[in-house]
Amino acid sequence: MAFIPHTGDDIAQMLEVIGARTIEDLFDEIPPALRARALALPPAMGEMEVGRLLTERAALDGRPLNFIGAGAYEHHIPAPVWAIATRGEFYSAYTPYQAEASQGTLQLIYEYQSMMCGLTGMEVSNASLYDGASALAEACLMAVRANRASNSRRILLPRAVNPTYGQVARTIAGNQDIVFEHVDYDRASGRTLLESVESRAGEDITALVVQQPNFFGCLEEVDELTDWAHRHKILLIAVVNPVSLALLKPPGQWGGGVEGKHGADIVCGEGQPLGVPLSAGGPYFGFMATRMQYVRQMPGRIVGRTVDTEGRPGFSLTLQAREQHIRRSKATSNICTNQGLMVTAATIYLSLLGAEGLARVAQASLQRTADLVDALCRIGGIKTAFGAPRFHEAVLLLDRPAAPVLAALARRGILGGLDLADRYPELGHALLVCATETKLGADIDLYAAALAEIMHPARAAA
Amino acid sequence: MNEPATTVLNAREPLIFELSKPGRHAGTQFPPPAAGTAEIPAHLRRAAPPLLPAVSELQAVRHYTRLSQMNFSIDTHFYPLGSCTMKYNPKACNTYAMLPEFLGRHPLGPEPQGFLACMFELQEMLQEITGMQGVSLTPMAGAQGEFAGVAMIRAYHRARNDLQRTEIIVPQAAHGTNPATAAMCGCTVKEIPCDANGDVDIAALKAAVGPATAAIMLTNPSTLGVFEHKIAEVARIVHEAGGLLYYDGANLNAILGKVRPGDMGFDVIHMNLHKTFSTPHGGGGPGSGAVGVGARLLPFLPIPIVGKEGTRFRWLDERDLPQSIGRLSGFMGNAGVNLRAYIYMRLLGREGMVRVAEFAALNANYLLTRLQAAGFEAAYPNRRASHEFIVTLRRENRLYQVTAMDVAKRLLDYGLHAPTTYFPLLVPECLLIEPTETEAKEDLDRFCDAMIMIRREMQEDPEKLAAAPHTMPVRRLDDVRAAKQLDLAWKPAA
Repeated sequence: MAFIPHTGDDIAQMLEVIGARTIEDLFDEIPPALRARALALPPAMGEMEVGRLLTERAALDGRPLNFIGAGAYEHHIPAPVWAIATRGEFYSAYTPYQAEASQGTLQLIYEYQSMMCGLTGMEVSNASLYDGASALAEACLMAVRANRASNSRRILLPRAVNPTYGQVARTIAGNQDIVFEHVDYDRASGRTLLESVESRAGEDITALVVQQPNFFGCLEEVDELTDWAHRHKILLIAVVNPVSLALLKPPGQWGGGVEGKHGADIVCGEGQPLGVPLSAGGPYFGFMATRMQYVRQMPGRIVGRTVDTEGRPGFSLTLQAREQHIRRSKATSNICTNQGLMVTAATIYLSLLGAEGLARVAQASLQRTADLVDALCRIGGIKTAFGAPRFHEAVLLLDRPAAPVLAALARRGILGGLDLADRYPELGHALLVCATETKLGADIDLYAAALAEIMHPARAAA
Repeated sequence: MNEPATTVLNAREPLIFELSKPGRHAGTQFPPPAAGTAEIPAHLRRAAPPLLPAVSELQAVRHYTRLSQMNFSIDTHFYPLGSCTMKYNPKACNTYAMLPEFLGRHPLGPEPQGFLACMFELQEMLQEITGMQGVSLTPMAGAQGEFAGVAMIRAYHRARNDLQRTEIIVPQAAHGTNPATAAMCGCTVKEIPCDANGDVDIAALKAAVGPATAAIMLTNPSTLGVFEHKIAEVARIVHEAGGLLYYDGANLNAILGKVRPGDMGFDVIHMNLHKTFSTPHGGGGPGSGAVGVGARLLPFLPIPIVGKEGTRFRWLDERDLPQSIGRLSGFMGNAGVNLRAYIYMRLLGREGMVRVAEFAALNANYLLTRLQAAGFEAAYPNRRASHEFIVTLRRENRLYQVTAMDVAKRLLDYGLHAPTTYFPLLVPECLLIEPTETEAKEDLDRFCDAMIMIRREMQEDPEKLAAAPHTMPVRRLDDVRAAKQLDLAWKPAA
């Protein structure tokens, strides 16, 4: 029997101890009228058969050459990351509520929190949320609690922020009457301009969201946006890519300072680039960091370092009075289970890469994207959409609809980017492309050659 | 059984930052230096590198391997944590979910037919097991599944222009996520008591329902470890009042194949795939909180969902479900977790699925009977255990001043993970014990033997219990200091 260790003798002895005749007797408190008929499920399979089925299904999907980013990024994952993260002691442990028997997980989370503070330039980090999109939703709810100067529940959400994040934030925060108001982007640069928010000066606004780099891959002028928010008693929520923070100014240092206050107030984002595979969209993890003054408004678990009864250092979950199992309907969030194993992977990833390795990954990704954009723009019929400096993504404008072009590329085993026609119809035939350090010069050449053949078949034939 | 030894393995492991030395690195993991000119403007660059460790690959491997050895886990220890279903996580589920084609799949690429076939079949199997009409796999944990469920309930009432229904009824013993979820959905919470047998107090329920009732949230078997006898009556009362029934799937393991939430009258359910369908808990996550709904809530399911057209699978989105409550994740939930649950269900099949509940119940009732024989008091002695049960130590507390916490910590010394303590709160000094179906009789006997030893220690050496654990890397931690003198991130010595 699958994973059931009981022998016939075991069952007989156990039933005798219980004083029951059959196992079925143990269900005699369920009203007979409610009892289920036999389930219509497929029959059991052995591991060998299941392995074969899954291997066949996986093969159907193949291994295309990927140039899509848009919130999920393909980076090299060092072999030790998942070799260690899938050790049973991490993989099959519960949330570390019994601290003495969970010091491994707890110390790892403390190290993770320290690393995230280092990357973001913030004072405190939580132990993770579900993913980047839901982390932004939680950040908006947190901003409403933290910004005592505002009663409006209005959040300014630039259109240059990942549009799916906006959809998720509306789903999650919408039931609490939080209103999201768009801020347009500049068609020439691809940035969110100061002018586009300045018209709101003087209004009661709870928070401004700024994504760096933004959904188009463009670098926002984060300093002036941060200072503007703080001048108007608006909290600044930063959405950042953790790999980019090896090179970019950390959100904790954004802005020149307004009345001594500088830096973002809440920082969140998608942790997937830190050693987590693309895996069809999950599991990933959301991260969140903030100022110490707002720590009691932050959702999610937090680990603290303390001492035991003999004065030795040790780690435990702390500030649990924020959480649902203590505070129930008054909790900062309903989150309980988070994405612990993904944090385990990210912590090992960051330890292996360090500041130097992560900067190398970021710089190589930046360069590969620049090379890709150059190569594709030489084909003819393709140009870049925006003038702002980029990180590792770019919007390209095609002289024809992107969908059939992408379908033709997919038939050649190339995922050529994300068609923006649904998300940003005003851009025309726009394509969001990404190259990370995993794309070699030969991969870029392959993509460019395939695209040239698809877009200019006559030239290819000649 | 002998008293445990007191040697401590891996008593202390330095922080990774304390192993760090500038100039040291795991060089094979670095990409080649970028040979180009792509540059970031100076005012957007960071001035100093982030504070991250600089260690060799072996140092990192050894450090995190040693940290792992400081954990209890299912793979290493009996882990009878009530309400958490800590059963064996089959290795096959991980191995085959981590095939390179699955791991390398970008979520925004063309719809992957092999992966979607698995997800479609998973939806169908979960639908059959729960007796529901539709399933969405997108919620990323139980609490997000609850959120989806209550948000659908609100959307349903709104769509009928029944705008006053914003009250959620929960039993006092409900998981904390239930009231927290109701609040997140903009609802208010009404708590009702349970009767002496652990069932919902019907009189209190009748008094609580009314034109403001949006729904009742129930776990069945309840958090008290017993099957809710009067579920049909509860369903009738709530439905007649115009409310809906929400099933918290935390305890679904107890009833797989025996009774289906849909048949009990529930309108919506979330499942904890990381409990019932044995995906790993991962030291806190990731989970997956798939939701199932009856006909009334079908149009409101969160997107995306896998649909089938002819022989092709595709994602259904807002164009297919215009009344959907919307998206809950950046892509499509914890896809890799869902894949593990799929593999688990194929391994068990229809024969194995029914045995889950049978042997979970056998193990729980056996353990309960043995503990009662050893002098421990069951919180609900007139009831069958479901897949779990509650022991109350109120008598031991009065006689020997020991607490449930003391017993929990002492169990760690015996190499057994503690049961859930102090939940549900309404049972004093309680241990909520869930052995699960994958434990052998010998392991249950070992747990009983340890409890008998601890019972003797209560009488002969209560100080030893009060000071437990004695064999872990640390003794009991100062939680007050942790919350008052916040130390949440390492900083280099000034």
